[in-house]
Amino acid sequence: MALNEMKFEFKAENPKSINKGWSHFGVVGSGDMEILMEKMDLNGSVQVKIVTPVTGFDNVWGMVMEKFIRSSNLGDVYIEINDNNATPVVVSMRLRQALADANKQEEEVDEDA
Amino acid sequence: MEQENVKVWDTLKRDKEERIGQVKNLVKEGKVVAAKDTVALLEGVIKPGDKVNLEGNNQKQADFLADCLCKVDPKKIYDLHMVQSVIALKSHLDVFEKGIAKKLDYSFSGTQAGRLAEFVKDGKLELGSIHTYLELFARYYADLVPRVALVVAFEADKEGNLYTGFNTEDTPVIVEATAFKQGIVIAQVNKIVDKVTRVDIPAGWIDFVIESPKPFYIEPLFTRDPALITDTQVLMAMMAIKGVYGEYGVQSLNHGLGFFTAAIELLLPTYGEELGLKGKICSYFALNPHPTMIPAIESGWVKNMHCFGGELGMEEYVSARSDVFFIGPDGTLRSNRAYSQAAGHYAMDMFIGGTLQIDKYGNSSTATANRISGFGGAPNMGCDAKGRRHSSEAWLKCGKEYGLQEELIGNLPRGKKLVVQMQETFKEKLEPTFVEELDAWKLQKNANLDMPPIMIYSDDLTHIITEVGIAYVHKCTDMKEKMAAIRAVAGYTEIGMQADEKETEALRKKGIVKTPEDLGIDVSRANRSMLAAKNIKELVEWSGGLYNPPAKFVNW
Repeated sequence: MALNEMKFEFKAENPKSINKGWSHFGVVGSGDMEILMEKMDLNGSVQVKIVTPVTGFDNVWGMVMEKFIRSSNLGDVYIEINDNNATPVVVSMRLRQALADANKQEEEVDEDA
Repeated sequence: MEQENVKVWDTLKRDKEERIGQVKNLVKEGKVVAAKDTVALLEGVIKPGDKVNLEGNNQKQADFLADCLCKVDPKKIYDLHMVQSVIALKSHLDVFEKGIAKKLDYSFSGTQAGRLAEFVKDGKLELGSIHTYLELFARYYADLVPRVALVVAFEADKEGNLYTGFNTEDTPVIVEATAFKQGIVIAQVNKIVDKVTRVDIPAGWIDFVIESPKPFYIEPLFTRDPALITDTQVLMAMMAIKGVYGEYGVQSLNHGLGFFTAAIELLLPTYGEELGLKGKICSYFALNPHPTMIPAIESGWVKNMHCFGGELGMEEYVSARSDVFFIGPDGTLRSNRAYSQAAGHYAMDMFIGGTLQIDKYGNSSTATANRISGFGGAPNMGCDAKGRRHSSEAWLKCGKEYGLQEELIGNLPRGKKLVVQMQETFKEKLEPTFVEELDAWKLQKNANLDMPPIMIYSDDLTHIITEVGIAYVHKCTDMKEKMAAIRAVAGYTEIGMQADEKETEALRKKGIVKTPEDLGIDVSRANRSMLAAKNIKELVEWSGGLYNPPAKFVNW
């Protein structure tokens, strides 16, 4: 099955990057997804790459990502999402979870692992 | 002349005696009738046009009597008016198809809801009203007194004493209405014994008992396998516990059935304990014995739990915890739907449950266009009990926050029940929870109802919890503000997409909308590892082996 790949770029007001240099959250189980976040100098922008088996929902993904990035004032981050049919409910929760995880102090990481 | 004016005041009693006289030959000993003579018994005591209560509960079913009622001669018995809580079995509608019954007044139908809608549409069934349980029970004592009641129990003795035990459910309320209004009560029982385990219904109220060929049908309705709880449900349960249970100090409550409340139950001993809420919330429940309550009960959270009915597999566990449950001198549970519903309406500070659809105004319904599923008990628990006069911390706080209080009653302090709807913004197959117009309107048209069936009206609703956050809708001072609060938690549904960010921001500042971040919840912790039990087997372990799950839940 061919996978659908999308790319977006958004810029929020007063952007702030994540604490960790690199973070990974979630698994590509059925109805779920994984999110990789990497701190990167992108002039305050956020670049997003999404890989999903689902087609026809590209604008929805765009709206979800834009809203997420704007409401969290995220910037200078490269986000990669590998989706396996996650619902919008799961997508928005996983995004927030990934961000919360990426903003933890580095020393907390071991505890979580 | 004078004699003709003497009014007869006991026609019902005379009629009953006449009916019973016709079937005298079928009675073997005491009040016992053989199973094979049941159809003849029904043909003897039921008359065309009678109001007949066929005991169909949420859980137990008088299935043998239902089958026998389908076998009576429709030339002799017709136009019956069925009054019963639940339409659960195929036979419950077959009596209409066969022309034996004509009209129905009821409360809830599960698997038969689609067929019921067809029957109404095709004119095979005249639908009276759809009620809540308590409302229907109330009418048994007003304009819907059953002439004949066909009930079900575990045991009977030859004199007619009944043991309804663990699943007493609706039997007492049906039998009392029928027996004391000179009606006829027939009970099917699993076993006729010399001495019943406990007298739940006294022999004097029963006219005939029949040992049915096989035990009555019962459904494990309230068992939720913790293995199927999702991370999103865990997140929403964390929000509920911190943002509602803890925020208001909710001590008495009812949980609707479903995975959201199962997640809450399983987070009490973990997240609830961590927040220091033990003893401050969740002490008193009107609830069926949910297996997912076992860890909280074992951890000492619950002081008191009164049950509407039983739950398969929980018999031994419940018997061994008489400090928590209502247990008879014989050691088994006494459930009672009427009393539990009364407790749910008047004595509980909160109702929390899931739903199918919420409209933009905050009205919610479980109706779909082609299924008449009815109400059950949720509207009685999910409404502000206007007759309530006792106070509690949670009730008073909610009333104090109520945005329309002064508009309605001036400067008087008055409490308000917390009525919480918990639902993800989308359900399976990406069907949105939040809608412009409820499908209940379509059902009204399709089934020719007087009004769309609404489970919880917006003026009773106090909180909506979605994965986005909590809307404290009772705090709103007008419908415009309430609609904005609903949009703010409606996610990526069409309703949610209309949310204005600045408006949402203002609602967050006012405390009308709270996100997990506003509540101080670390969303990254929301996963299944928070659950006190992660599968059925762990529930069995928590119970010390007292919980015996039905086979379909056992996979080890």
